[in-house]
Amino acid sequence: MAKKFKTSIVTANDLLTGDVVYLTAAGDWSLRHGDAELLTEEAQAQTLLRAAEEQYDQVVGPYLAEAEPGPDGARPIHFREAFRARGPSNYPHGKQAQG
Amino acid sequence: MYQYDDFDDTFVRERVEIFRSQVARRLDGSLTEDEFKPLRLQNGLYLQLHAYMLRVAIPYGTLSSRQMRQLAMIAERWDKGYGHFTTRQNIQFNWPKLRDVPDILGALADVGMHAIQTSGNCVRNVTADHFAGAAADEIEDPRPTAELVRQWSTDHPEFAFLPRKFKIAVSGSPNDRAVTKSHDIGLRMVLNDAGEPGYEVSVGGGLGRTPILAQVIRRFLPKADLLPYLEAILQVYNLRGRRDNKHKARLKIVLHEHGLEQVRLWVEEAFQAQRTLFTPPDDLIRKIAASFTEPQWKDAPVPPVLSPGVAQFLRTNVARHKRLDHAIVTVSLKARGETPGDATAEQMRVLANLAERYSHDELRISHEQNVILPHVHRADLAAVHAALERVGLATPNAGLISDIISCPGMDYCALATARSIPVAKGIAEAFADMARQRDIGGLKIKISGCINACGHHHVGHIGILGLEKAGVESYQVTLGGDGTETAAIGERAGPGFSADEIVPAVERLVEAYLALRASRDETFIRTYRRLGAQPFKDALYPEVKSDAA
Repeated sequence: MAKKFKTSIVTANDLLTGDVVYLTAAGDWSLRHGDAELLTEEAQAQTLLRAAEEQYDQVVGPYLAEAEPGPDGARPIHFREAFRARGPSNYPHGKQAQG
Repeated sequence: MYQYDDFDDTFVRERVEIFRSQVARRLDGSLTEDEFKPLRLQNGLYLQLHAYMLRVAIPYGTLSSRQMRQLAMIAERWDKGYGHFTTRQNIQFNWPKLRDVPDILGALADVGMHAIQTSGNCVRNVTADHFAGAAADEIEDPRPTAELVRQWSTDHPEFAFLPRKFKIAVSGSPNDRAVTKSHDIGLRMVLNDAGEPGYEVSVGGGLGRTPILAQVIRRFLPKADLLPYLEAILQVYNLRGRRDNKHKARLKIVLHEHGLEQVRLWVEEAFQAQRTLFTPPDDLIRKIAASFTEPQWKDAPVPPVLSPGVAQFLRTNVARHKRLDHAIVTVSLKARGETPGDATAEQMRVLANLAERYSHDELRISHEQNVILPHVHRADLAAVHAALERVGLATPNAGLISDIISCPGMDYCALATARSIPVAKGIAEAFADMARQRDIGGLKIKISGCINACGHHHVGHIGILGLEKAGVESYQVTLGGDGTETAAIGERAGPGFSADEIVPAVERLVEAYLALRASRDETFIRTYRRLGAQPFKDALYPEVKSDAA
C-alpha cells in the first residue's frame, strides 16, 4: 500500500559544494531548513519535485522529506533530516558554523 | 616501499585528466547526475549527507612520510583540516568541493596515490596486516603479495563490473591482524611440509547484512600460482555471482547457495585453464620484492629505564618487532573526546616527521583506525612518546576498551541508519579512567551505523549496530565476535537500546565481566567463551532476569 502523503519539503544537495539545500517558496534554494516551503498537497509536492529534478545543473538527488511548521519556519520530523539540517555532531562543521 | 614507475605515473595522471573533463561536463550541464555518478564513484567520490566525500586508497595501509604530508596538505587546502582513517585502511575527506576534486586527485598523483577503485563493484583497495614487515611473528612480509595483487586488480578489464564489490586481505603471520576471514578472499601466509612459504586461501567472507566467515578453499597455494588462482576465483564469481539482488550478490552468497565443494571444483577447473595461459610476471615480482627490502637498521644501545608515562605507553601501544632492539608503535587515534580514526593536518605532519626521523620513513594505517610507526628503535621510544604527547596522540589505550572502531555513521554517511560517533565517544567517556581501562584489559568494541557493517560490529567482542526503530535511533548489541585467527561472528544479545541507554548497557556488560572473570588474565572474550552468552545477557537485560526469577 502506498504511504499516505504528509506535509513535506523538497530537499537536495548543492551540485558544487554538496551542501544540504531546501527549496523555498520563491523557487530558489536555501541552506536553512526553516526557509523551505511546506507543501501540504501531494500533487503540488510531486510537481515541484519533478521541477527540482530538472535542475540537475544546480542540485543533486532531490527528494521529498516530511516536515512540519515550527517557530522558525519548516522543521524536520525525522532525525536524519534533523542531522542534515544541523550538520555532524562531532564538529561544528556543518550548518552550526553558519550560526 | 613500492614507487610508481613511469607507466603507473602516466596511468594515474591520465585518469586525473579524464575525471577533470568529466567534472567540467557535469558542471556545464552536459552530464546529468545519473550519467556522472558512476564516473565519480570510479574515482572514489561519494555524495554524503552534508557534502561530497573523497575516499583515497592507502594500498595495504602503507604510507611514506611524503604521502602523509600530502594528505595533511589536502586536508588543509581543500577540506576542513582533518581526515578520517577507515577500517579499510583508506582515508576519507569529508568536505571537498566538486570543482576541487580533480586538483586533489592531481595532488595525490604527485605522491603516487589515487582514489581509483575505492568504490564500485570492483576489486577494492587490497588490505594487509598493519604490522607487515615488522612483526615478530611474521612468516613473510605480506606487502609484496599485496602490491602484486593491487597491480593485477587495478583496471583489470574483466573485473571492472563484478556483481558486487570485492575485498582481498593479506596476512603474513599466523596471528591474523588483517581480519582475513571477513574478506571475499583472505590470503594467509603459511609454510608447507618442505618449509616453503605459500598461501592458505579462504573465500566467501563478508560482514554486512549476512555476516559469514570465509572458508578455506586451498590449504596451500604455491606463491607462483597466486595470480592464476585469484583470476580463477574472480572468473567463477563474475559468472556465478547473482546480479538480480544487490543483497545477495557477494561471493559469500555463491558459497552459501552452491557449497564450498562445488565452488572449489569450479575454481580448480578455471585455475587449470588459467595456469596454462599464464606467463609468470617474474620481472615485476622481482621489482616489487626489491621495493620491500629491509631498511638499514639503526644500531644503538637500548636504554634500560623509562619514565612511568613511557613505560605505560609501552605496555599498551608498543608491540614486539622482529628485531629485539626495535619496536612497533601504535599511535592511537582514539583520544578522549575525539572522533575515532580522525587526524588533524597538524597531527599528520607530526606523524610524518616522526616516521621520517624514527621509523625509516614508514607509516601504516590499521583497520582499527590507528596509525602505526612500524620500525622504531627502542632507544627512540621516549622521544617518540614525548612528540606524540605534544599533539595529543600519546593515549595509551591501544587494544583497550576505548580503542573503539567506529564508522562515520549518520553524522556523515548517507547510508547510515543511526549515529556511531557519539556512541563511541560516550563509551570512551564512561571509561575515561585509564586505570580502570587497564584493569578491564583487552576488549574490542566495534560500532556500525548501519547493517553494511563498515565498523565491523559483527567481529567485535562487543558489537554495536545502529538502526532506526519507530523513528528513533536504536542500538543492537552483539557479543562474542572476533576478527582474529580465532574468528567468530558475534551473537545478537536481544532487543536494542535507545541512544541514552546504550552506554549504560555497555557499562553493565563490563561490570558483569569483571565480576565473572576467573582472573585478571582472563580477557572479556575468554570469559565469554568459557561461560557463554547468558550471564552477559542477564547483565544487559536485568529486568528480564528478574521477571524470570
